[in-house]
Amino acid sequence: MRLIVPLQGVVQGRGGLLMGSLIPCTLFYFLQLYLKRHRSPKPPSAPLSPYPSPSPNLSELPRSASRSNLSSRGSISPARISNRVSSIARPNSSLYYVGLDRSLEDPYDRLDNPEGIIQLGLSENTLCLDLIDEWMSENLNSSLSEGDGDEFGLARLATYQPFDGLMELKVAMAGFMSQIVGDRVSFDPSQMVITSGATPAVEMLCFCLADQGNAFLVPTPYYPGFDRDMIWRTGVELIPVHCRSTDNFTPSITALDQAFNQAKKRGIRVRGILICNPSNPVGNILLRETLYSLLDFAREKNIHIISDEIYAGSIHGNEEFVSMAEILGEEDTDKERVHIVYGLSKDLSVSGFRVGCIYSFNENILAASKRLARFCSVSSLTQRLLVSLLSDSRFITRYLETNRRRIREVYDMFVGGLRQLGVKWAEGSAGFYCWVDMSGLIRSYSEKGELELFDKLLNVAKINMTPGSACHCIEPGWFRCCFATLTPEDIPIVMERIRRIADG
Amino acid sequence: MTRTRSYIDRNLDPDEDYRAAASSKTTSSGGGGGSGGAAMRVIVPLQGIVQGRGGLVLGSVIPCALFYFLRLYLKRHRSGPSKTPPPSPSSSSDQLTDVSTGVLQRSLSRAYLSPRGSAAPAHVSSRAASVLKDGDSPYFVGLKRFQEDPYDELANPNGIIQLGYAENKLCLDLVREWALANGRHAILGDELSISWLTTYKPFDGLMKLKLVVAEFMSQITEGSASFDPSQLVLTAGSSTAIEMLTFCLSDPGNAFLVPTPYYPGFDGDVKWRSGVEIIPVPCRSADNFSLSINALDRAFYQAKKRGVRVRGIILSNPSNPVGTLLKRETLYDLLDFVSEKNIHLVCNEIFAGSSHGGEEFVSVAEAVKSEDCDRSRVHMVYGLSDDMCLTGFNIGVIYSSNNNVLAASKKLSRFTSISTLTQQLLISMLSDASFVQNFIRVNQKRLQKMYGEFVAGLKKLGIKCTKSTGGFCCWADMSGLIRSYNEKGEMELWGKLLNIGKINVTPGSCCQCIEPGWFRFCFSTLSEDDVPVVMERIRKVSESCKSLG
Repeated sequence: MRLIVPLQGVVQGRGGLLMGSLIPCTLFYFLQLYLKRHRSPKPPSAPLSPYPSPSPNLSELPRSASRSNLSSRGSISPARISNRVSSIARPNSSLYYVGLDRSLEDPYDRLDNPEGIIQLGLSENTLCLDLIDEWMSENLNSSLSEGDGDEFGLARLATYQPFDGLMELKVAMAGFMSQIVGDRVSFDPSQMVITSGATPAVEMLCFCLADQGNAFLVPTPYYPGFDRDMIWRTGVELIPVHCRSTDNFTPSITALDQAFNQAKKRGIRVRGILICNPSNPVGNILLRETLYSLLDFAREKNIHIISDEIYAGSIHGNEEFVSMAEILGEEDTDKERVHIVYGLSKDLSVSGFRVGCIYSFNENILAASKRLARFCSVSSLTQRLLVSLLSDSRFITRYLETNRRRIREVYDMFVGGLRQLGVKWAEGSAGFYCWVDMSGLIRSYSEKGELELFDKLLNVAKINMTPGSACHCIEPGWFRCCFATLTPEDIPIVMERIRRIADG
Repeated sequence: MTRTRSYIDRNLDPDEDYRAAASSKTTSSGGGGGSGGAAMRVIVPLQGIVQGRGGLVLGSVIPCALFYFLRLYLKRHRSGPSKTPPPSPSSSSDQLTDVSTGVLQRSLSRAYLSPRGSAAPAHVSSRAASVLKDGDSPYFVGLKRFQEDPYDELANPNGIIQLGYAENKLCLDLVREWALANGRHAILGDELSISWLTTYKPFDGLMKLKLVVAEFMSQITEGSASFDPSQLVLTAGSSTAIEMLTFCLSDPGNAFLVPTPYYPGFDGDVKWRSGVEIIPVPCRSADNFSLSINALDRAFYQAKKRGVRVRGIILSNPSNPVGTLLKRETLYDLLDFVSEKNIHLVCNEIFAGSSHGGEEFVSVAEAVKSEDCDRSRVHMVYGLSDDMCLTGFNIGVIYSSNNNVLAASKKLSRFTSISTLTQQLLISMLSDASFVQNFIRVNQKRLQKMYGEFVAGLKKLGIKCTKSTGGFCCWADMSGLIRSYNEKGEMELWGKLLNIGKINVTPGSCCQCIEPGWFRFCFSTLSEDDVPVVMERIRKVSESCKSLG
């Protein structure tokens, strides 16, 4: 019988079965290898244009091509930037950043620009700047002076300092963190790495815990900045785990488990859970039991937990904040998988100073972070000043109390205003946010309706709020309002502006 | 080298490429020769299906498809690609073994004991493991040893003298004087209250600071280049500026050409988080370690042959460690080279203001101006740490004309922003024109004097140095003192200098210098009284070497 088979000559005879399958496979393998090597690496996200091109900017291509003919030394094609950065170089697409950019262009000012945009999108606390100001004007000189009577110890600060932070600052930070949690835990300064803000701390942890293509589970709604911190340079994926308004947006282990298994099915390795406690944007605090079950889950799946506790000192409700560090037992395998991110930007209102830290029990992570700290070190001048500030325990105690009281006052006023408008919000007891349910004001119960409302609020009412979709919330109509930049006089204006939209 | 190569994707192994070519050749010729065979009984897979007319297609497609799915399956069920080579038993790194094997065994047994027992130890990413491993180079070991036992003329006269860290302490007194004179005003500037400083500011630096930094940079180049403040991005140190540029210009697995000997920190800046390879382009002592375009060209083609894409050149001007300046013609040649190959040029000019030999320093910004070339492929890194004696302040600068790179860097600067307090202080300091002018002049004079003394001291001991005119380092040829003319001999001498002589220097191998026996001495951390002490210690070591030899 005549057979038409590939490689007939070779595959005849006894070796046929083996050779007949091996040879096409080998050829195919090498074809794949060849294709893989001669293809440029895939961009991490969608390319700029529908047609992936080596040039980051298509419009540049024809211009440069013609120029190169004119120029005597001309080059063949325009300078190319990397694929991974081309998506970063594009203008902001997230509404969180669109709103921030817009309100920077036209900021509200009661006297100078009463028709400007009121900023409710920036997570900042300006309620206690007067206290910081007062302290600085009293202590600025003495805090930087050298011990031997010099007025200003700049020269000593100018020399080389360890990149991962001065030991004095670590001690002071550890003390401050312990004070915040009511001294139920004592933080060990040697387990700390100081970074220039919490942002690089999150990125660094992500880099150390996961490889490219791995993933982290993140309960939603989550802080929009995580999409940058965790993804941009590390090439890690964030898998949103949806929490619902009926549970007051607390993460459920069932949902986590589901997301974990789905990721596994897709062939993606989950390396950890990223939680923000107290939550940004919702403002709620995770209960002790929830933390235990999270830890159990992490142990069972053998993954890490990154706990972002940057609002730990800004509790304004009556609930007690429990740090992840507090529930860790003596067991090493538990400790090795828990990493805490903290920063002074929120709790001490010094966001301009850019001071954050990683607190970890894992020796390897600490060692790697200390080396990587060279890329995000804090100026020694700032460190020295903060050492004095944090060591002034009388001031710190007074500050923390006053800060909590003022946040509570503004929060109460804000939700009081909302109540009058008949708008609901999620109950929160920490942070600078009110998580507002405006689903009554949206025309269609979908993301489109939410974006329409966002647009109206920004352009008609002139207030910038962060829409829930920017925080990956699956229920439409939720908005994050940061109230800690408002003065008591501003709140009626905000409410009046919202009312206009509600009526219109 | 081996470490670098294995870190890159294993698919890029040049040998595999060769094998692929060879085997495909043999199979195709074999197939061609035997195709004339007569019809007879053939044992083929899937005989039932592939008979008849569709046979040719189906017979190849089906095994291929099966094979493809098999690989897909294997790929998805395999643990994440481990980019680090398995730890060798000879590896002296305790930390590495701890990462990969040590913890595993210990924890496994413990898990059974633990009431809540966990399956396995917490995972550390393979890229973090490679960072951990990299820290064991003599460069870092030496720095650490110094921190443990630092020399002090009175308190610890037998401590280790630091000559391994490029830092300038010669003009700290000027900084101190200025601070004393300006006191409070230094930080507050003209503002009455400090609270505006504590709120969020643009991550890429205050515009006011960019203005004075641009002014300062053009002052350093003596006005021959002007800098546009809107093209500046300020970062927390020049290391991170280089890392950010690497990230913007190349993808994982790509490479940069770097002329050797180079600054040992480049390895961390370029490789660690960006996953980019460094291809050393050797320069030789016979040419006074000056850069040759031919060598660059050769390295470029060799990389191409290996299938590695070269995205640019990174170099330091003034050179660290050698201390030479790039000539104007060399810069033009470099610009031609990068245009021709369609790659980028990253020029690290952090020592621009610290030239001390009277030679003219030509910034790449100046060369770009006078040359008709594509500016979007030239990027400059600068920093205030070195030229202003402000190491602890960690201020770096990216200067680029490429809008995409600028836009991306501005966004990425969220990971490496500078405290507003420090920025405000620098605005005050750099706005003080008479102070800055005086500082640059005095600093250059002191560097020159110290360099002269140091080189003279070495000369007396019979150690020659390359003639350098910029930076804080002296590049000395100690090959006469090494027992075997290779890297091992060099490391032996380094160990002796550290342990017997109690001085920490950087061996040439850390700078990827191919000629053994060269050492980098950073003289600008010394005071004048220290120089004789250092020379005495070197003499002691050199005598012990000679007596043994």
